[in-house]
Amino acid sequence: MPGPGDRGGKKERPRDAKGTLRRIVQYLTAYRWQVALFLVCACLSNVGNLLGPRFAGKAIGLAEKGYQLGPGHVDMDAVARYALLMLACYGVGSVMNFLVNIGMMRVGRRVARKLRQDVFDKLMALPVGFFDRHQAGDIISRVSYDVDVVCTSLSTDVIHILTSTVTVAGSFVMMCVISPPLVLCMAATIPASILFTRHMGKRTRPLYAKRSAAYGEMNGFAEEMFTGQRTILAYAQEGRVCGDFSRVNRAAAEAYREADGLGMTTGPTVGMISNFGLAAIGTGGAVLYMLGVVGLEQISSFVLYSRKFSGPINEISNIINEIFSALAASERVFRLLDQPEEVKDVYGAVERRDGSGHVKAEGVSFGYVPGRTVLHHLDFEAKPGQTIAIVGPTGAGKTTIINLLMRFYDPDQGCIYVDGTENRAYTMDSLRRGYAMVLQDTWVFRGTIFDNIAYGKEGATMDEVVRAAKAARIHGYIMRLPQGYHTVIGEDGGSISKGQKQLLTIARAMLYDTDMLILDEATSNVDTATERQVQKAIRSLMAGKTCFVIAHRLSTIQNADHILVVEHGDVVEQGTHRSLMEQKGAYYQMYASQFG
Amino acid sequence: MSLIGRAMGRYKGAVALCVFIKLLATFSELLLPYILEHIIDGVAPMGSLPLALFWGAVMFAAALVCRQLNVWANRRGVQNAHNVSYDVRQALFQKTVNLSGEQFDAFGLPSLISRMTSDSYNVQSAVQQLQTLCVRAPMLLVGGTVMALIMDPSLAMILVALLPVLILVVLAVYLRGLPMYRQVQGRLDEVVRIMRENITGIRVVKALSKTEHEKRRFAQANDAMTDSDIAAGTVMAVPSPLMQLCLNGGLALVVFTGAGRVNAGALEPGVILAFLTYFNMINMGLMGLSRIFMTMSRAAASAGRIGQVLQAEESQRVLPPQEAKSPAGPGFLRFEHVDFSYGEGSADAADFAGEAREKALSDVSFTLDRGESLGIIGPTGCGKSTIINLLLRFYDADGGGVFVDGRDVRAYEKDELRRKFGVCFQSGMVFQDTLRANVDFGRELEEAALRSAVEDAQAAEYIDALEDGLDHRADIKGANLSGGQKQRLLVARALAGKPEVLILDDSSSALDYRTDASLRRAITRNYREAALILVAQRVSSVMGMTRILVLDNGKCVGCGTHEELLETCAPYRETYQLQMGDTFS
Repeated sequence: MPGPGDRGGKKERPRDAKGTLRRIVQYLTAYRWQVALFLVCACLSNVGNLLGPRFAGKAIGLAEKGYQLGPGHVDMDAVARYALLMLACYGVGSVMNFLVNIGMMRVGRRVARKLRQDVFDKLMALPVGFFDRHQAGDIISRVSYDVDVVCTSLSTDVIHILTSTVTVAGSFVMMCVISPPLVLCMAATIPASILFTRHMGKRTRPLYAKRSAAYGEMNGFAEEMFTGQRTILAYAQEGRVCGDFSRVNRAAAEAYREADGLGMTTGPTVGMISNFGLAAIGTGGAVLYMLGVVGLEQISSFVLYSRKFSGPINEISNIINEIFSALAASERVFRLLDQPEEVKDVYGAVERRDGSGHVKAEGVSFGYVPGRTVLHHLDFEAKPGQTIAIVGPTGAGKTTIINLLMRFYDPDQGCIYVDGTENRAYTMDSLRRGYAMVLQDTWVFRGTIFDNIAYGKEGATMDEVVRAAKAARIHGYIMRLPQGYHTVIGEDGGSISKGQKQLLTIARAMLYDTDMLILDEATSNVDTATERQVQKAIRSLMAGKTCFVIAHRLSTIQNADHILVVEHGDVVEQGTHRSLMEQKGAYYQMYASQFG
Repeated sequence: MSLIGRAMGRYKGAVALCVFIKLLATFSELLLPYILEHIIDGVAPMGSLPLALFWGAVMFAAALVCRQLNVWANRRGVQNAHNVSYDVRQALFQKTVNLSGEQFDAFGLPSLISRMTSDSYNVQSAVQQLQTLCVRAPMLLVGGTVMALIMDPSLAMILVALLPVLILVVLAVYLRGLPMYRQVQGRLDEVVRIMRENITGIRVVKALSKTEHEKRRFAQANDAMTDSDIAAGTVMAVPSPLMQLCLNGGLALVVFTGAGRVNAGALEPGVILAFLTYFNMINMGLMGLSRIFMTMSRAAASAGRIGQVLQAEESQRVLPPQEAKSPAGPGFLRFEHVDFSYGEGSADAADFAGEAREKALSDVSFTLDRGESLGIIGPTGCGKSTIINLLLRFYDADGGGVFVDGRDVRAYEKDELRRKFGVCFQSGMVFQDTLRANVDFGRELEEAALRSAVEDAQAAEYIDALEDGLDHRADIKGANLSGGQKQRLLVARALAGKPEVLILDDSSSALDYRTDASLRRAITRNYREAALILVAQRVSSVMGMTRILVLDNGKCVGCGTHEELLETCAPYRETYQLQMGDTFS
C-alpha cells in the first residue's frame, strides 16, 4: 500500500508521455460519444456562465438609465427579459455543469474499473515467476493508488483543461472587446504567477521528496514494531520503542512542517499577484474613465471577466503537474499490462479426461533466464501409481521440476508426456486439474474455514468437508474456533498458525479427485504427532495416484519407486534408493552426512 | 472528531492565534474588492488622478498585507498540525504497543498499521485545514450576508430565505455521503484484499485452475466498489451546481426586484451591482463550507478509528494483593486448573457441525521450580503456545490461577512480571537493525553477556563468519538470514538477559539434530538457575527435561519424566517410536 508519504513527491514525469496518452485515449474510446457529448455540455455550461453576468450587466444598465431619468422610467419589460435570460443562462450552466461532472465522474470510474480488471486478469495470466520477483505491495499499489490517480485525473482534469480553454478564450475575447488597454494592465500578472508557481515547485519538490521519505521511514518503523509487538512486550521494551518512535515521528513531523510550511506560501502569493492585477485594472480603469475611453459599467464587467480569465491560468501549472503524475501512474499500470504472459494453450489443444497418470520426461532442458540453463537433458518415467521422490538440499531447484510438470513454465528443449501425449497438447486447465497439490507455502484466503477447504471442489457439502478435515486431523482444532467451520480466517489471521494452515491445505487436497499428486513433504510446520496422523491420510491420498514428492522423510525416499537427486538446479543422479547407494555418488554422500 | 478537538486543545493558544491571523487575513482579503469598487464607483467619477493613484497604491499595499497575513496564518496552521499530529501518532503508537493480546487480535495487525499511517495522515490534514478553511468560509458567508443586509435589508431577504435551504442541502449531502464513502472504502479494501490473496496464492489458484473463478470474484468486488463509488460521487456532485443554481436564480430575482425598486425610486442601481459581489462572496463561502464537510467527513472517519484504539480500555488491570489469588502450594511457576478460550464464541451450534465448542486450554495444572525444566509436547494447535501466552499475561485465564514466584500474575506490574522471562517465540521477530542490537534489544547488556549468549545459542559460528560479525545488519524481518540463523539469533536474545524463566517455544525446528543438541547442552550447563520451559515437536528435544507435559486438544494427557510417560502415556510412546530415525533433512 502506498503510504500517505507518497503524496507529496508525486511530481514525476512519464517516460513516454505520447504513447501513454494514446493508450489512455484507447480506454476512453468506448465512451467516445459520451465524452464528446460532455465536452459540448461543458462548453455550453461555460458559455452560459459567461453570458450570465453580461445579461445581469445589461439589466443593471437599464436600471441605471431609468434611474437617471427619474422614477418610473425603467423599462421593466426589458429588465424582466434580461433577468429571465440570466436565469436561463445560469440554469443551463448549472445543469450542464452537473451533467458533465457526473458524466465524467462515471466515465473515470468505469475506466478505472476496466483498468483494475485488466490488471487483475493480467496477473492471472502472468507466469508464477513474476510473483517471486515482485513485491505484492508494489503490485497492489498499481491497483489501489495508480489507477485512482488516473481515474481522478480523467474525471476532473480533462474537462477542466478543455472547459478552461473555453473560459479563458471567451473571457479574453470579452475583455478585448470591452477595452484592449485594460487588458494590458493585467498582462504582466499572468506570466508572473506562472513563473512564480514554477519556481516554487522547484523549491518545494525536494522538500516534498524528503517528506515522503520521512513518512515512509515512520510507517515502516511502525509496521515493524507492531508486527513484533509481542516480542517487545515480552522483553518489557515498550518504553524504549516508544522513545525510538518519537525520533522518527519527530523527523516526519519536521519534514512535513518544512515542506508544507513553504508550500503553503504559494497560494497567498499567487493570490497577491492576481490582486495586483486587479489593482492595476482599477487604477487604469479609473484613468481611462477620466479620459472618457470606457464607461463604469464596462470596467465592472471587465473585472468580472478578468477573474474568470486568471482563475484557470493560475491553476494551470498545478493541473499540468497533476496530468503528468497521472500519465506516470498510468505508465506504471501499462508497464505491468505489457509483461509477457504465461505460455498459452496451443491451437487445437484438447481436454485431458480420465488419464491414468503416466508421466514421462524426454531430454528436457530448461532455464528461467535465457542462456542460463539449469536443467540439462532430463529423462525420467513415472508409471501410473508410482511415487517419484525429489531430494536435494534447500534451494537446489527441486521446485523447477514441479514448475515444469504443472506447466508454470515450458521446457526450452525436450518434452514432458502425460498419458503418452505431449503435455502442451492439453488445455492448461485440464492438465492442471489432473494434479492435486500440497505445497509448503500454505495459502488460505479470507473466507470461512468451510470455503477454504471446499475451494478445489465446487458444490462440496458440509459432510464432505468435515470428512476431509477429519482426515487431515484438523477437525478438532476447527471445533475450538469461535464459529467452528464458519469461522472466517484470513491470510493475516493471527488466530491460525502455519501448521494449521498446512493442515487446511491438506484437507483441501483431500477433497478433490485426481490421478496425479504433487506433495511438498514439509516437516517443519506440522509437529510429529500430527504428522504421523497426517501421514496416514496422505498415504491414502497417494494411493492409486502418480506422486511427485519433494521428500524429506527417509521412509518416503526409501519406498519411492524412483528418486531424482537435485543439486545446483540440475538433476545429478536418479534411480532407486538401492541403486543410488551403490553408485556412491551425491545421494550416497547426502545420506551419509544426514544419517551417518 | 472529539479526538481532534482534544488533541488541538493542548495548543489552544497557538490555534487561537492562527485563527485570529486568518481572520485578519480574510478581512483584508474582503477589503480588496471593496477598495476596487470604491476606485471605480467613487474615485473615477470625481476625475481626480492623484486620488485614483492613491487608492491604487492602497490596494497594492492591502494585497501585500493580505498575502503576508495569509502566509503567517498558513504557516502557523502547519505548525499546529505538526504538533497535533505528532502527539496523536505518539499516543496511538504507545497505546498500540501496549495493547493486550486479546485487543491486538480484535483490531488485527493490518488495521492497526493503517490506523497508524493513513488515518493519522488524514487527521493531520484535517487539523491544518480546520484552522484555515474554517475561518474563511463562514466569514465569507456571514460577511456577505451582513453586508447585503446593511446595504438593503429588503433585497437581502431573498438571500436570507435562500441560505437555510442551501445550508440544509450541504448538510443533507454530507450526512448521506459520509456512510457512502465509508462503504466505498470498505469495498476498496475488499478489492485490494482479493488481489493480495491471489498474488500470494497464485500457485494454488493456477494449480486448481481457479483463475476464471478468481477473475469473477475480483470482477464482483470491483463492480461493487465502482457502483458504490459512482453512487457516492453522484451524491457529492449535487451540492455545487445546485448551490450555483439557487444563488444565481436568487441573483436574477435580485436584479428584477431591484430594478423594480429603482423604478419606484427606492433604490440606487449601484446597490444591485454590489449585491452581485456579495452573492459571489456567499457562493464562495458555501463552496468552502461543502469542502470543509467533505474533508471533515473523511477526517471524522479516521479520527473515529484512531479513537477506538486510544479508548480501548485497559483490559488487564493490575490487581491489588487482596483481590489476587494465592497459590495452593509451592512452586516457582504454577498453573492451577487453568481454563482458557480465545475470543468470544458464537452460540450457533451449526458452526460446529452440531457439536460443542472446545476450549483452547482446559484444566491444565503443573508446577516448576528454579533449576527445573519443563518440556511441552503435543500436536499443532493443542495449546502449547497458549500456556506461554498466559504465563506472560498476554491473555488472562478464564478460570484457575497462574502464579509466578508465589504471586498471581495479575498482581504484577506488567514489566515487573515480564522482566523475569527470556522468551523465544515460535514466530519471533528479527528487527531491521544490527545483530548486536537484536540480541541486546535495548537492555544495554555487557559485551561479555552478549558474547556468551551468542555462543550458547550456537549462533557464534555463523555470526563470526560474517565480515562485520555482530555489527552485521539484519534486513526487515531478518530476510537476509536463513530460518536456522534467525532462530539462533532469537535464542541468543532470550539467553542474553540471564532470565529467571527461560522459554523456548519451538525454537529449534529449523536446526539440525546436532546443533539442537549442543544448544540444549549449553543451556543446561550455563543456565542452571533458571526455570526452563521448552516447547517442541521432537521427543528428542524434551526427553531430558525434569518434567514433560503432553497436551492434546487443550487437555493435559500426560505429565511426568520421559521414562514415566513411556510407561503410562500411550500418545507419547507412539510419537517417540515414530520419531526415531525417520527424518531426512
